[in-house]
Amino acid sequence: MFNLPLANMLTEPVGVAHYVTVGAILFICGALCMATKRNALGVLMGVELVLNGANLNFVAFGSQYLRNDANSLGLDGQLMALFVIVLAAAEAAVALAIALNFYNNHDSIDVDRADQLRG
Amino acid sequence: MDPTTTLPVLLMAAWLVPLASFVLIVLFGKYMGPRGIGAGYLSVLAIVTSAVFSLIAMFGVWLPNHDFPTAHEPEHGDEAVASATVEHSDANEHHAADEHDTAHHANNDHPDYYAGDWYSLGEFGDLKLTIGYYIDSLTVAMFCMVSVIASCVHIYALGYMHDELHEPYVDHEVTLSSGEHLRRKGRFYRFFQYLSLFCFSMFGIVIAGNVAMVFVFWELVGICSYFLIGFYIERHSASTAANKAFIVNRVGDFGMLIGMMALWASVGTFAFGDMKNDAGEVEQGLFSLLRPEENEYHLAPPAGMIAEQERMIEGDPNSAPGEAASAAGDEKRNTQGQWLLFIAGVGIFCGCVGKSAQFPLHVWLPDAMEGPTPVSALVHSATMVAAGVYLVGRFYPCFSPEALLVIAYIGCVTLFVAATIAITATDIKRVLAYSTVSQLGYMMLSLGLGGWVAGMFHLITHAFFKGLLFMCSGSVIHAVHTNDMTFMGGLRKKMPITAYTMLIGCLAIIGAGFPLSSYGLSGYYSKDAIIEQAWSFASVNPQHAILKWAPVGGAFITAFYMFRLWYLTFAGKPRDEHRYDHAHESPRVMTGPLVVLAFFALGIGWPIFHVNDLLEQGRPVGTLASTQGELLTGLTIPSEHDSHVPIIKTPAGIAAFSTAAAGVLLASIIYLWRLLNPDELKESFKPLWAFLWNKWYFDELYDYLFVKPTLFISNCASWFDRNIIDSILHTAAAICKACSKVVDALFDQTVVDGTVNTFASGTWNLGLWLRKLQTGNLRQYVMFIVIGTVALFVTISIVQAYFIPTS
Repeated sequence: MFNLPLANMLTEPVGVAHYVTVGAILFICGALCMATKRNALGVLMGVELVLNGANLNFVAFGSQYLRNDANSLGLDGQLMALFVIVLAAAEAAVALAIALNFYNNHDSIDVDRADQLRG
Repeated sequence: MDPTTTLPVLLMAAWLVPLASFVLIVLFGKYMGPRGIGAGYLSVLAIVTSAVFSLIAMFGVWLPNHDFPTAHEPEHGDEAVASATVEHSDANEHHAADEHDTAHHANNDHPDYYAGDWYSLGEFGDLKLTIGYYIDSLTVAMFCMVSVIASCVHIYALGYMHDELHEPYVDHEVTLSSGEHLRRKGRFYRFFQYLSLFCFSMFGIVIAGNVAMVFVFWELVGICSYFLIGFYIERHSASTAANKAFIVNRVGDFGMLIGMMALWASVGTFAFGDMKNDAGEVEQGLFSLLRPEENEYHLAPPAGMIAEQERMIEGDPNSAPGEAASAAGDEKRNTQGQWLLFIAGVGIFCGCVGKSAQFPLHVWLPDAMEGPTPVSALVHSATMVAAGVYLVGRFYPCFSPEALLVIAYIGCVTLFVAATIAITATDIKRVLAYSTVSQLGYMMLSLGLGGWVAGMFHLITHAFFKGLLFMCSGSVIHAVHTNDMTFMGGLRKKMPITAYTMLIGCLAIIGAGFPLSSYGLSGYYSKDAIIEQAWSFASVNPQHAILKWAPVGGAFITAFYMFRLWYLTFAGKPRDEHRYDHAHESPRVMTGPLVVLAFFALGIGWPIFHVNDLLEQGRPVGTLASTQGELLTGLTIPSEHDSHVPIIKTPAGIAAFSTAAAGVLLASIIYLWRLLNPDELKESFKPLWAFLWNKWYFDELYDYLFVKPTLFISNCASWFDRNIIDSILHTAAAICKACSKVVDALFDQTVVDGTVNTFASGTWNLGLWLRKLQTGNLRQYVMFIVIGTVALFVTISIVQAYFIPTS
C-alpha cells in the first residue's frame, strides 16, 4: 500500500521528529519569503524565520527530555539558540543600516535594484 | 754533546736556513738594498750559516762520538766472530784465522746512524709519508761538502752576477726584431732566490729519511735547475735547454716511480732506517728488511717481494705464496723475488740516470751550460748531478748484484762516450760539462762494481775540483766574454790566479800524483781507488774485462782534454787580440772562492783529512761482502777491501798514472809545443772528428727516434682532430640545429604552444562565463543556496543509500 512517510507522526507521542518538522516548515517559509519578497524588510523577516527554524532544531536536539543523556547539563542546544538570537539581532541592526543607506541612494528598498555587485 | 739529539737539530737548522732565505727573498727581494743587492748578501749569509752548522755537526758532534773503523782488529765485531764460529763449526782449526777474516768481510758492522721522523704528512693504510731524517757519516760528509762548495759558489756569484745589478740590463745574446739588444730589469735577487731554494732542496735529499721524501726533494732540485738553467729566459737556447733538462729528467723519474712502486708494493715501507714508533716498538726500515740480521746482512728479497713476484707471474692473487714456493724447485726458489728486487733497483737507478746525466739520458747536461756559470758550478759539483750518485750510494744495500752490473755498465759507457765528446768541444763550459758526465760515469762504475767508498770518495773530491774548474771557466768567460776557446789563449799572464787555480783543478781531475805512493792531488786517491776496484772486479769476473779497461782509457782521454782546455785557454799566444787586451783578472770576490776551492781540490783526499775513513764508517751494512749473483750465477761482486791488495793495487796504479801522463803528454805535443798541427789532425781524422763534434749524433738520434715520431704522431693526431673529429662534431651540431628547427616548428609552436594557448583561452572563456553567474541579485542567491542545500542533501542520501555498504 501507499505508505505516507509522515502519517504515523500523528499517532506517535511528541518527539524530536515533530520539532524538526515544525523547524523545517519554518525554514521553508523563511526561505520562500527571502526568495519572493522584493522589499528588503520582508527579506529580513524571512531571514529571521530561517534562523528561528534552525533555533528550533537546536533546542529540540539539545533538550534534556528528548535526549536521555544524563552526563551533560542539557543546555548546549539552548545556548546555541541564544547565540543565534544574539547574532540575528546584531545582523538585523546591520541590515537595517544597510537598508537605510540603500534607501538614501536609491529612494527605494527594492532588493532587485541592488545589483551593483554583479560580475 | 749527545749526537742523537744534537745531530738532527743541527742538520735541520743547516737545511732550513736556505729555505728561510728563499722565503725572505721571495717576499722582500726587490726591496733589499739598491736593485736587490741585499738579497745576494742574505743568501750568502744563509748558506754560510748552513756551512757553519754542518761543520759543527761534523767536527763538534760526529767525529768526537764516532771512532773510525780500524780494520782487522780483534775487537772489530765480536758478533762477527761468533757468527763465524756458528757458521763454520765444522771448520778446520788451522783455518780459524782465515775464517775470521772471511766472516769479517762477509758482514761488516752496522754503521752508526740516527733515523727518525720530524713530521708526519699522513698515513694511508700502511703507507706512512713523513718528513724524516737518516743521518750517518755519509749524510754529514755530504752536508759539509754541499754547504762549503755552495758557500764558495754564492760568494763567487756576488761578483759574477754583478751585471744583473745594472739598470737596465742589456742582454747582448738576444737581438730583438728591431735589431736592438734586449733591455730588461736586472734579476740579481731572483738569481739568489733560486740558489737558496736549490741548496735547500739538495740538503733535503741528503737528509731525507725515506724514499718518498727523497723523491719530493728530487723534484724540487729538478724544478730549481729548470729555473736556473733557464735564467736568461729570453735567450731561445736557454729556455730550450731548461725544457730539455726538465723533460729528460722526467723520463728518468718515470723509472724511479716504477722502482718506488715495486718497493712499496712488496716491502711496504719507504723509510731507510729502523726507527721507534709512538708505541716504542722498532719499525724496520728498508735496509733491515732487505738485509735481515738473521741472514747475516746478505741481500734477501723479503717474503712480500717473493709473494708479489709469484702473484705477478701466476697472475692469481689468491694463490698462497707458500704453496707456490713448495711446488717450485730449488732453482726457482733461488730466483724468488730476485726479479722484483732487480726491477726495484734498476727503477731507482733510472732516476739517478736522469739526474746524474748518465747514458742514455746524458744529453741534457751539456745544454744546461746555458745557465749562468755559478749555476753550472753548483749543479755540476755539489747539487743536482751529485744527487743521482748520492742516491745510488744511499740506496746501495737494496741493489742486487745484477742491478749493480747494470749500473756498472751504464757508468762505463757514460764515462767513455762523454770523455770522447769532450775531446772536440770548443766551448770551455761544454768541455767541463762532458767531463762531469764522464766523472759521474766513473762514480757509477765504481758503485756498480762494489766500490762504495771509492765511488762516494770520488763524488766528494770531484765536487771540489769540478766546482773549482767551473768557477775558473766562469772567471775566464767574465774576462773575455765568450765561451769559445778558439778566441782565447795566453790568458795566464792576464789572469794568473785563475790560470793556476785552474791548473790545480786540471791536475786534480786527471788524478795527478806519485804512483804507488800516497802523495798526490785529491783526484789521485779517488780515481785510483776506482780503477783498483775495476781491476779487482775484472780479476774475479774475467768475462767483464771491458770494465777494467774503460776507466783506464777514460783516464787517458780525461787527461788529454783537460790539458787541451788549459793550453787552449791559458798557454800560447792570444788568438783574439781584441779580447785579450780587454781581459783582466776577476775581482777578489771571485778569486777568493777559487783559492779556497783550489786548496780543497789539492788536499781533500789526503789521508790526514780522513775522508776515506769517514765514508768507511757509513758503509751500508752487508755490502762489504763478496756477493754472488742469483740471476746471473757467474757474477761476483768482490769485496772492496780486496782491491787494496798489492797484486791489484800496483798494476792498477801504474796503469792509471801512465795513461794520464800519456794524455797530458799528447795534449802538450799538440797544443803546447805544436809538434802536430791540430787542424791537420782534424783533417786527417775527419770522419771521427765529425762524429765526436756532433756528440755521437745523440741529439740527432733522439730527434729521429723520439722527437720526430712524436711530432709526426701529434701532427697526425692534430690532423685527425681538426679534420675528422671537428667535422664530425660540426656536422652533428648542424644536424642538431636543423632537427631542433623542425621540432620547433612542428611540435613546439603547434603542440606545446597550442596546448598552453588553448588552456589559457579556455580559462579566459570560463572566467567570462562564470562572471555571468554573479548577477548581484539577492533573491537569486537565496534560491541558489536553497537549491544547493537540497541538492547536497539528496546527493548525500543517494550516496549513503546505494554506495556505502551498511555493516
